[in-house]
Amino acid sequence: MKDYLLFALKRFLQLFAVIAVGCSIAFLIAHLSPISPVEQIIMQVTGRSAASPEAIDRLRAALTEQFGLDVPLWQQYLAFLSRLVVLDFGPALIAFPTPAMDLVRLALPWTVGLLTVSTIITWLLGNVFGALAGYFQNSRLLKAFGIIAIGIQPIPYYIVAFLLVIIFGFIWPILPISGGFAMNVTPGPTWQFALSIAHYAILPSFALVLVGVGTWFLGMRALVSNIITEDYVTYAELGGVKQGRIVGSYVFRNALVPQLTALAMALGGIFSGTVITEQVFTYPGLGSLLIRAVNGGDTAVVMAISCISIISVAGAIFIIDLIHPLLDPRVKVE
Amino acid sequence: MFSVFRDLVRYNLEFAIGLILLLVVVIFACLSFFSPVDPTMVYRVIPDQPPNLDYWFGTNSRGQDMFWQLSFAFRNTLSFGVTVAIFSRIISIVVGLCAGYMGGWVDRVLMFVNDIFVAIPIFPILILFYLVMKTNSNGFVLAILMACFGWPFDARLIRSVALGLRYREFTRQAVFAGMSPLRIMWEEHLPYVMPIIFSTAMANMIWAIGLEVTLAVLGFTNLNIPTVGTTLYWANNHSALVVGTWWWIVIPVAIVVIMFLGLFLLAVSLNEYIDPRSRLRRMGA
Repeated sequence: MKDYLLFALKRFLQLFAVIAVGCSIAFLIAHLSPISPVEQIIMQVTGRSAASPEAIDRLRAALTEQFGLDVPLWQQYLAFLSRLVVLDFGPALIAFPTPAMDLVRLALPWTVGLLTVSTIITWLLGNVFGALAGYFQNSRLLKAFGIIAIGIQPIPYYIVAFLLVIIFGFIWPILPISGGFAMNVTPGPTWQFALSIAHYAILPSFALVLVGVGTWFLGMRALVSNIITEDYVTYAELGGVKQGRIVGSYVFRNALVPQLTALAMALGGIFSGTVITEQVFTYPGLGSLLIRAVNGGDTAVVMAISCISIISVAGAIFIIDLIHPLLDPRVKVE
Repeated sequence: MFSVFRDLVRYNLEFAIGLILLLVVVIFACLSFFSPVDPTMVYRVIPDQPPNLDYWFGTNSRGQDMFWQLSFAFRNTLSFGVTVAIFSRIISIVVGLCAGYMGGWVDRVLMFVNDIFVAIPIFPILILFYLVMKTNSNGFVLAILMACFGWPFDARLIRSVALGLRYREFTRQAVFAGMSPLRIMWEEHLPYVMPIIFSTAMANMIWAIGLEVTLAVLGFTNLNIPTVGTTLYWANNHSALVVGTWWWIVIPVAIVVIMFLGLFLLAVSLNEYIDPRSRLRRMGA
């Protein structure tokens, strides 16, 4: 137990470092800009309506103070860090004066839901089929599955999502291709609403599963085809252990450990894919909000999304790391 | 080096196919050096013509000859991918070899940094970068930024190989002969990780090009430079599929898939080459 706590503490330090470094990079990039955000906003405001020079000057002063641009960079950085702790990213420009964090909070559950469900399905499907393909290497069906996986896997998320929209939206229109739930359903804790959400999530999650499953399939197949040449598997076979048991507890469980580590490492990339997929299906999650924010020139919201996604991805990796020792008792002390 | 290459082409069908697919795309991209048209000009030919003998890939709604347009697009996209691959390879080689050979606290610090970079989702950061830079950004700066995020997986891979090399006989001999650590890493260990570097470079290019296409399709890169992504962006912008100018989308997507398949097959077959067990199985031993 003491070992486990030490392990958890180490992982927690790692989590903290990831969040600190990631958010600092975001801060640095946001302040690299040769264009001041204040001038951008003033340009937008004056573009819409004529204002007196004094009013513009007052707006400029107010905005400079709001953004905290009147102090040196290191003080801005400290201010940023202290506001990061309470998740305050300032007001959103696209829905002024709503705090940027409120918009993120509305969008976050959609993304997290879509991401969690599709990642779990992808990971399980890929690993189970991959393990079977590695164990039964002569099966025609599984070989065909492998070739398809190789073919689909390198195609970017965007193109797969786009093809699905064309196929199921225009050629054979059976599934909804945009939005998070049907227009005529009132949001609330009802069955109808839940079903509508599930119905609308089919296509986006299908796109994510389709792109992701190949990697896990190929990885697992390679792992399993290595493991079955190990002595203990041969011995178990000679000893007459049932085939189901060999595949399940001898081969699958051992191969699952590196795949779990790989899942933790791949999570950042999967998140990027979700953002893109959401945009194609105009799913009401972080991805769509991000695009809206960029088109509206809203640094606060983009900043908030960047930091929140860094925090949530790091948090998810932390959780995966914590359940790791339960699956593989050897990793307790590294 | 050359004999390895010859063996790969001869015994490894995947490598041969991948090489041919990639060569087709590279040759197509190189044709742009002999292009008679300027890719930034619009309305030079009659718009919206389906593929025919004059315009092999048709013309788009902006009045551009798609054949030459795509040729430029693939040249830019490929060189973008190569730039990212080269710079991220440099970082991963330095980090991987140093961590593996030196060990101790150097290893621990480098791997700590490595784990941090693995966990950061890059896409929001790239979008933030676009938002603050807008038109001031170009392909090269973007490539450098992506390279800063594209190294950690491969650095870990290189480190694991270097860890094994550290205790080999020839390394000890080199140390006793008074070779400096830098020269040992550069002259003795680097050749061993070369196959990994090549295979990860292919995978890295797929990753980089995929991200670039995604950013461009959303309209978040410099849209005046023809790349695969910006081609798709303009096609979407002119609602190519609704209008019926399908060749504007289908042809670039088809060539992208060919390119990705080529790169992927090369990466996979090189990976198999690195693992001697699967190489023996393939040769029928």
